[in-house]
Amino acid sequence: MPPRNPFTRSAQSAEVKPRKIGSSLLQGVITVIVILAIWQCIVIFFKMPSFILPSPGAVLQKLVQRADVLVFHAWVTMQEILLGLLLGLTMGLFFALQMLLFKPLKRWLLPILIASQAIPVFAIAPILMLWLGYGIASKVVMAALIIFFPVTTCCYDGLRSTPTGYLDLAQTMSASRWQTLRHIRLPAALPTLASGIRVAVVVAPIGAVVGEWVGSSAGLGYLMLQANARMMIDEMFAALFILALFSISLYFMTDQCLKRAIHWRL
Amino acid sequence: MADSVLIKIINGALRYKGEGQYVLSQVNMSIAKHQWTSVLGKSGCGKTSLLRFLAGLLDEKVDWSGSVETPLQGDLSQHVAYMAQQDLLMPWLSVMDNVCLRFRLSNKKITEPEKQQATALIEQVGLLDKIHHFPEQLSGGMRQRVALARTLMQDKPLVLMDEPFSALDAVTRYQLQNLSVTLLQNKTIVLITHDPQEALRLSSKIYLMHGQPAQCHSFPVPTMDVPRRLSGEIAQLQQQLIEQLGKNHASS
Repeated sequence: MPPRNPFTRSAQSAEVKPRKIGSSLLQGVITVIVILAIWQCIVIFFKMPSFILPSPGAVLQKLVQRADVLVFHAWVTMQEILLGLLLGLTMGLFFALQMLLFKPLKRWLLPILIASQAIPVFAIAPILMLWLGYGIASKVVMAALIIFFPVTTCCYDGLRSTPTGYLDLAQTMSASRWQTLRHIRLPAALPTLASGIRVAVVVAPIGAVVGEWVGSSAGLGYLMLQANARMMIDEMFAALFILALFSISLYFMTDQCLKRAIHWRL
Repeated sequence: MADSVLIKIINGALRYKGEGQYVLSQVNMSIAKHQWTSVLGKSGCGKTSLLRFLAGLLDEKVDWSGSVETPLQGDLSQHVAYMAQQDLLMPWLSVMDNVCLRFRLSNKKITEPEKQQATALIEQVGLLDKIHHFPEQLSGGMRQRVALARTLMQDKPLVLMDEPFSALDAVTRYQLQNLSVTLLQNKTIVLITHDPQEALRLSSKIYLMHGQPAQCHSFPVPTMDVPRRLSGEIAQLQQQLIEQLGKNHASS
């Protein structure tokens, strides 16, 4: 047998395999490092004053130094986002079911649904503050409102577009309307609903932070405003970093869970 | 008993509500118990409408005149199992759960004997090793075999088939036809098809459907037992059937 060339395919593929497993993680790490490097370069070369753009090192220092404060406010914002998601998803599912089950109701609910999307959340935020106070409730409602439309439309579309063959089959098995909904329509709607949930998870933090900006006494949005007013830009960036980290991990966790739970396509 | 009639349709006429034109008129058919009856016709001629009507799927959508006589008690649609061209397996359920779909739908817990029955049926269609697989992991032929097992699990005297073998390749189709004949021995089958060979291989009675509104005519079939092997006689009859269908094509 001739000696193996180190550049044959088998040698290459053996090398490629372990790289593939950690590739997405590695890719993420590289992206972060590159961004940090560019950031640091901008700070050095353009001689940015720290109240305009603090260096990554300064932000990291703040992250460690003010960890207790950041954790406290992050916890508040997390609660708002998660509760908002819960409320928005429940409302969306409920609305979609109502529109599906009571056809005439759809004509009445649809304008409300569209209005909920057409009025900017920013515009109703002060009113929500007024009614629900500076606490967590107004932010939860805000996050729920902002995801309400995508969730409802996805859910309704999914429920409505059950393949007719499935419904025929259920009917020949003399399934009732409720049984068909429970065992055929709902599971068949899940892949569409999952894309609604993915959108909701990305958008919900916007609602919560906007709510905190308009009026609050705690939360990462509140912390950012306070830090901004006191020219503590490094602390603002630290809060922003936590918020981004939370939103991104929430998305990836949700995405992985949904992918595992809903493995089929129609 | 073998030759007794399960369903007799006399002077059937059907039209969709809100439409002037009848889809079917003067349909006379007798469907013999424990036999395969095929309805042949070009697509769009109304054969599927007839089947869906018998399955009770069109109750609110059509006007029907004529009579459907049957010794079965109660509504005909209660005695029907339905097999469509698509296998209609729920992609979120395993093979086992798909076969037991009837019980899942009625919110009943699946009992041990039912589970054993389902397992036995899955074994009969040759998919015991795939019992916990999901439909997406199966080939088209396997999926239709699961659909067959699900139909058998429903245990209804009348099985309505709407071109269930038409999406399969020739060899798979041939095998599945044979398997269906074996497993559906004690059932009455109404098979909708546009494949003359399939009708000739499987049925003890063939109706040709043509015209607008569609009418049906009976076509003589060989007396051999089903499933018939492809012989010269079958080929000749197939030729005749194709010519007749073609003639009707041209005239309508």
